[in-house]
Amino acid sequence: MALTLPHPTAPLRWTRYAAPSAFYALAGRLLPWCWAAAALFGAAGLLVGLGLAPTDFQQGDAYRIIFVHVPAAWMSMVIYLALAFWAAVGLVFNTRLSAMFACALAPSGALMTFVALWTGSLWGKPTWGTWWVWDARLTSELLLLFLYVGFMALQAAHDDPRRGDRAAAVLAIVGAVNVPVIYFSVTWWNTLHQGSSISFTKAPSMAAPMLAGLLLMALAFWAWAIAVALHRVRSVILERERGAAWTRALPEARA
Amino acid sequence: MNWPSLDDFLAMGGYALYVWGSYVMVAAALGWEALMLVQRRRRALEELRDPAHEEA
Repeated sequence: MALTLPHPTAPLRWTRYAAPSAFYALAGRLLPWCWAAAALFGAAGLLVGLGLAPTDFQQGDAYRIIFVHVPAAWMSMVIYLALAFWAAVGLVFNTRLSAMFACALAPSGALMTFVALWTGSLWGKPTWGTWWVWDARLTSELLLLFLYVGFMALQAAHDDPRRGDRAAAVLAIVGAVNVPVIYFSVTWWNTLHQGSSISFTKAPSMAAPMLAGLLLMALAFWAWAIAVALHRVRSVILERERGAAWTRALPEARA
Repeated sequence: MNWPSLDDFLAMGGYALYVWGSYVMVAAALGWEALMLVQRRRRALEELRDPAHEEA
């Protein structure tokens, strides 16, 4: 019997990575690059932000919190949008891996939100004179933290993980409206939190070395978040697919 | 470089509590996350090697 092989010039079918076994292997290959990118961008960002960027005229060196606060806040929103997207895909197309990826993103997003709130609070005390205020930006970011925790709790509360995925996906989709609220809060309302210095449509209003440090740290946080999500989804896949033969046959799973 | 000395760097212009309080929390959070990742993977692999059987 002739062995049928894929045609050598056949186009890559990306949909093969919807299979947990294929994605598990792909994620494993991508991981070292993501960790390396996070380390390199992080080192460069800290060097520029803490070592090279000048002291701020108004805030002194307190402003240097920006190099962790803003990247964490950006990631808290980006991760939520990714989570809601994959949860929606999983809900609509009933694909297991999409839901697993949403599940893997949630703890990272929650942690980024907490870091954004914590660093923001420490920045607010010396500059605004308060650790906290119930303005639109801070309140909606706190709500984001509750949404992440709610997503994880709702998923975990179900004995059947697939039912948990579907329930949590609805929450994620409904909660997605909060992200534009956070983003536009400083434009739509009078907030103590400052307006945006960086926009998609006009030149940034901050000094170049400060902006450079900020963007490098943003890239570092992004690479870290991707690496963590890829690593965690591999564990989720191993947990959920433990009945399948391919997981038990993995070299790392052999005694 | 901005900082004439290590002491100046650590002092952060008087804002050391706020700046280092932020950076230390970030390091702690990321470190904790990494630890959780390692533990989760280890537990998943152990479960595959030696499945825990439910009580009848």
